[in-house]
Amino acid sequence: MSVPRRGSDTDAPPPVEVRGLVKRYGELTAVDGVDLTVRAGDVYGYLGPNGAGKTTSLRMMLGLIRPTSGSVRLFGRDPQQSVKALDDVAGFVEAPAFYAYLTARRNLELLAAYDGDEARSRVDHALATVELTGRARDRVGGYSHGMKQRLGIAAALLREPKLMILDEPATGLDPAGMRDMRQLIRGLAEQGITVVLSSHLLAEVEELCNRVAIVREGRIVYEGMISELKRGAGTTYRLATTDDERALAVCRAQRGINDLRVQHQRICFTASGEAAVAELSQALVEAGALIHTLAPETVTLEDLFFSLTEGRDGDRMASEDPDSVEVAR
Amino acid sequence: MKRPGVLSVYRWELIKLRYQKRTYLGLGASLIVPIIFVVAIHFRHDRRGGDFAFASYLTRSGLAVPLVIMLFGAVWMFPLITALVAGDIFASEDHNGTLKTILTRSLERGQIFAGKALAAATYAVAAILLGGTVAVIAGSIQSGFNSLQTLSGTVVSAPKGLELVYVGLLVYLIPIGTVVCIGLLLSTITRNSAAAVVGTLMVSLLFQLIGILPGLTGLQPYLLSTQFNAWQGLLRTPIDWSPIIRAAWVCAMYGVPAMAAAFLVFLRRDVAGG
Repeated sequence: MSVPRRGSDTDAPPPVEVRGLVKRYGELTAVDGVDLTVRAGDVYGYLGPNGAGKTTSLRMMLGLIRPTSGSVRLFGRDPQQSVKALDDVAGFVEAPAFYAYLTARRNLELLAAYDGDEARSRVDHALATVELTGRARDRVGGYSHGMKQRLGIAAALLREPKLMILDEPATGLDPAGMRDMRQLIRGLAEQGITVVLSSHLLAEVEELCNRVAIVREGRIVYEGMISELKRGAGTTYRLATTDDERALAVCRAQRGINDLRVQHQRICFTASGEAAVAELSQALVEAGALIHTLAPETVTLEDLFFSLTEGRDGDRMASEDPDSVEVAR
Repeated sequence: MKRPGVLSVYRWELIKLRYQKRTYLGLGASLIVPIIFVVAIHFRHDRRGGDFAFASYLTRSGLAVPLVIMLFGAVWMFPLITALVAGDIFASEDHNGTLKTILTRSLERGQIFAGKALAAATYAVAAILLGGTVAVIAGSIQSGFNSLQTLSGTVVSAPKGLELVYVGLLVYLIPIGTVVCIGLLLSTITRNSAAAVVGTLMVSLLFQLIGILPGLTGLQPYLLSTQFNAWQGLLRTPIDWSPIIRAAWVCAMYGVPAMAAAFLVFLRRDVAGG
């Protein structure tokens, strides 16, 4: 599901603007020249394998870590200069942390006091939103991981943010917890809150986010709309016929049919357009290879993620599949 | 919207202290030690006292008890009680990952530092005053609320003696303040509560060790451990202010750089863990 962008003041600085962000720890470069822009209304997925520098980037966005070089601007303000840059911003990096010896309500009251006068009046509503009202008087030390994640969202809601930065909010949750978290994030987006979501759950990101940045070894390897990423990857077709040997020969000879290979005993290819596929189907019938299946296969964000983060840039997933055999023309 | 300030942090740090066991460990020690001491005096067979200052006064006036507690408490008890909170107040936030939680609200790091430092100092003041008050009450029950003999041999009335005890406790807070600063520094640097608490105590004990090393006695007036005895100037006739004045600048000499370093470390550090 892609989330439509809500109307925004084009003159206003974007919620997040990161330019040339670098963080080095001695010899190690954790974040290596990251550029990204999160626009108002985006539900923005920030993806990458473990150790790719996602959390370090998010910490720099929140002013917790000083960049070695580069800049972060939140609504045009620099979080390194003043905590005022975090006005209208909330969220958490890694697991949200609370005082275990205080109750959930006390924790939220403390954080509300650290947010300013008005936040305290939002404690009840925030607890209700994450369905923790009934456990509000329990000490957080006795909370499950999922409850702490929900309390993390409640703590963020106290600030009535316009931008929410969430680092792996569904990690460690059971399926019901993950579903609830998805609904919660979807609800935030529907309220017009811009969300930056770092997650390993690619299906979740694909469902929730309209734009993504994919980071590999500290560098952004893709930033943009998920739909554009998929479009750029082209459509893979799968073909099964009564005579696959003959069908392969027809495919080889057909113009507009590319990346021909046999994968899982099925013929796979990409096509330059739908016309090329139509011509192929006619040629197959004429050659006597009757078609059992000829179907486009949807490329998932997961396919593209692995292609971008594990393969060489531009490599196709299938070429790394041990069951995949490329067919020479 | 009214922005939060140092007082918000200070208030909530005190609330948090109310819910932590270590708070009661320290305050409990301040409460119990004078009582145990008085009970020990009560059952002691030798009523003449020991070979330390004020020992012979213990059975004559309860007001001598807080003075003796201050004397012996300087070795490790009060530095340890102080370190329990000062050494923990930043390190525990690191350990529990809550530092990132509070640093992403609407408070500048400097405000959080100031609120926490004030809370650690408040706890130390509370512990010392509690210990002193319990010692006065327990001592008075045991030996009576009687006039007190000063170190110059003159005798002051019980109310005047009580005043001197409390002013002495305030003077005692000068080196305690320095222990707070050292505890805060170690808490921000080590990011480990146990290391910071033990480290603070070790620094305090190290000063005492230096003080007894042969050939280094010339350093004694400038050691932190010596400043714990500055209050004794109040029990001279006339009052000798020189050790108190020296305590003020010697303690500032150690405490101000420690506090400044702690502040800068906290202000500039990366919060990468938790």
